[in-house]
Amino acid sequence: MPTLFFVLGLPLLGGAVLALTGHRARARDINVAFSLGTFAAACLLTVQIIGHGPMLLWQDQFYIDALNVFMVTLTTFVGLTTAIFSRPYMRVEQDLGKMTPHRMRLYHSMYQLFSFTMLLALTTNNLGILWVAMEAATLTTVVLVSVYRTAASLEAAWKYFILCGVGIAQALFGTILLYMAAEKVLGPQGATLLWTGLDAIKGQLDPAIVTLAFAFLLIGYGTKIGLVPLHSWLPDAHAEGPTPVSAVLSGLLLNVAMYAVLRCKVLTDGALEGPLTGQLMMGFGLLSVVVAAFFLSRQKDVKRMFSYSSIEHMGLITFAFGMGGPVANYAGLLHMTVHSLVKSAIFFTVGHATQKAGTQFMSEIRGLIKVNPAVGWGLMLGVMAILGMPPFGVFASEFLILTTAMREQPWAAPFLFLALGVAFASVLVRVLPMVFGETTLKPLAHPPAVVPVFVHLGLALMLGLFIPPYLNTWFVEAARMLGG
Amino acid sequence: MIKFVPQLINLFATLILMLSFAMISQRRIVSLINLFAMQGAALVAASILLAYATDQPHLYVSAGLTLLLKVILIPWMLHRMIRRLNVRWDVETLINIPTTMLVGIVLVIFSFSLALPISRLSSSLAGGSLGIALACVLLAFMMMITRSKAVPQVIGFLSMENGLVFAATTVTSGMPMIVEIGIALDVLVGVLILGVFLFQIREKFDSLDIRNLESLKED
Repeated sequence: MPTLFFVLGLPLLGGAVLALTGHRARARDINVAFSLGTFAAACLLTVQIIGHGPMLLWQDQFYIDALNVFMVTLTTFVGLTTAIFSRPYMRVEQDLGKMTPHRMRLYHSMYQLFSFTMLLALTTNNLGILWVAMEAATLTTVVLVSVYRTAASLEAAWKYFILCGVGIAQALFGTILLYMAAEKVLGPQGATLLWTGLDAIKGQLDPAIVTLAFAFLLIGYGTKIGLVPLHSWLPDAHAEGPTPVSAVLSGLLLNVAMYAVLRCKVLTDGALEGPLTGQLMMGFGLLSVVVAAFFLSRQKDVKRMFSYSSIEHMGLITFAFGMGGPVANYAGLLHMTVHSLVKSAIFFTVGHATQKAGTQFMSEIRGLIKVNPAVGWGLMLGVMAILGMPPFGVFASEFLILTTAMREQPWAAPFLFLALGVAFASVLVRVLPMVFGETTLKPLAHPPAVVPVFVHLGLALMLGLFIPPYLNTWFVEAARMLGG
Repeated sequence: MIKFVPQLINLFATLILMLSFAMISQRRIVSLINLFAMQGAALVAASILLAYATDQPHLYVSAGLTLLLKVILIPWMLHRMIRRLNVRWDVETLINIPTTMLVGIVLVIFSFSLALPISRLSSSLAGGSLGIALACVLLAFMMMITRSKAVPQVIGFLSMENGLVFAATTVTSGMPMIVEIGIALDVLVGVLILGVFLFQIREKFDSLDIRNLESLKED
């Protein structure tokens, strides 16, 4: 039986099992066990792809190559560490009375189903199914964001649903237009929505239709990436949902949406002569970086601040892929990886800090390093990493992006430097007192899971100092496929 | 018979667009749901005609799916929901219907000019319908912006889906079956979740007015 069967089947089965047993105390461990199984299957899949190259499965409906297998591994890995983090976190939430057994069941089941929808979106070869999976991912996360049932979380979830629902409807329109373009080449019988099929004929697709299609696809999936001006759902959803959900939203879902855009970009680039896709993506990316950096400086809520930081980094990634070419694509992929790792690690520590302080206001959170040194150091190092300090991996990828930008798009470089500078100053000013200040906070009943934090930061550190050869080949391969 | 089919399809396409306008200006929630069901019915009729004219049996299945979901199941769920929420006879005060209609007309012109160069290329029988489909999507979008109550926003969302299904059946020869089933499933689950939300919003805010949901803002 193909390994992919387990990669997709385990989270689906997990969703079903936890829908029945999710309220029990053991459910937290079952959640981790299913995530671990999925991660193991993904590792096995990766080994197979490295050994045998891209593969098509089940009547060509699934396609795995260098680009998506690396994202599958990343997704399952962060899925696993977040499940580990969520064990003590959700236990405290239950003690505080924020989560009832019924809600725990919903939370656990949706967590696994959310993993399933992301993995389906990543592995499917069918652009229609990609859309269906993205919409399903929205639905599951809407439930997760609203799980506390407070007025604020309901508001955030409603906004999230409506905005992303509308946004993603545009992506469906784009998909329909792509199908129309394929039909013109292949005729009504042979028409296909399979990415490999479209990739084979991309040179013959009608440029007028494909241009319009890409505009709709970029707006649609761009809403889910959180590109400015389509970002307004993102800070609300991150701030009001449970922290493990913020971690997977920022670390994973945004990446999956970015993956969808990248697949569409490859097709569009093949059909068009000019650099239209690159210009659009650079424009949206740059706008997101600058706007998010300035919003970042005005936040009082810690989770909101880091969600704006996610918008900023996704903007930077979009900009990198917009520039295209082997170096920028490589940097974009590397940045996606380290951003996922570091941002989820930050959310883990932030989640613990907010639980301890009983509030998300940064002015109330003080002296973490005294109450819990591991969490304090985790947050401090995570923030240094996300701000692009060497020797963490974010430094390497930002360095590559900025130097490429100076060489190829010199007009954009000052804006990027300005935005990164503003973000650096405003985040550091707020985080330093949170870590080092005087405190009256007391330790919580259940010690936090700090292992995931340091595993993530360790990996980000490793990627800054040394990229293992197989990982490097993988990035180079994927970057080459993205072209530009 | 086959001679009249293209005209008939165009007739239903126009009907779908007119129903979009009707929804924009409709204040009563219960009538809004009926209009939505009628739009679904027009969509089904257009799909069946297209299936007959182009001899594509899988379009019948897609029409059946739309009939089941958009004409029967979802309107029934919405009717039940508004009865239980006790907003059945609610009348929404809409500001400036004439202006909204004018903006709607501008949207239609915009859609047609955007779709015109592409519609000419379409191989399908009703290629000219791309403009109408895009107009329906944009009109539904506008409805979601202008409405301040939760239920009309949901209906706007669903009406947008109608426009997309119309685009898929007329501009192309129908999406692959598996994709259509997936989309239908997403819509159904979406309506169920939104339904649960409506009750929770009502419980928390004592009303379904979306203007209450504006506390999360940047200062």
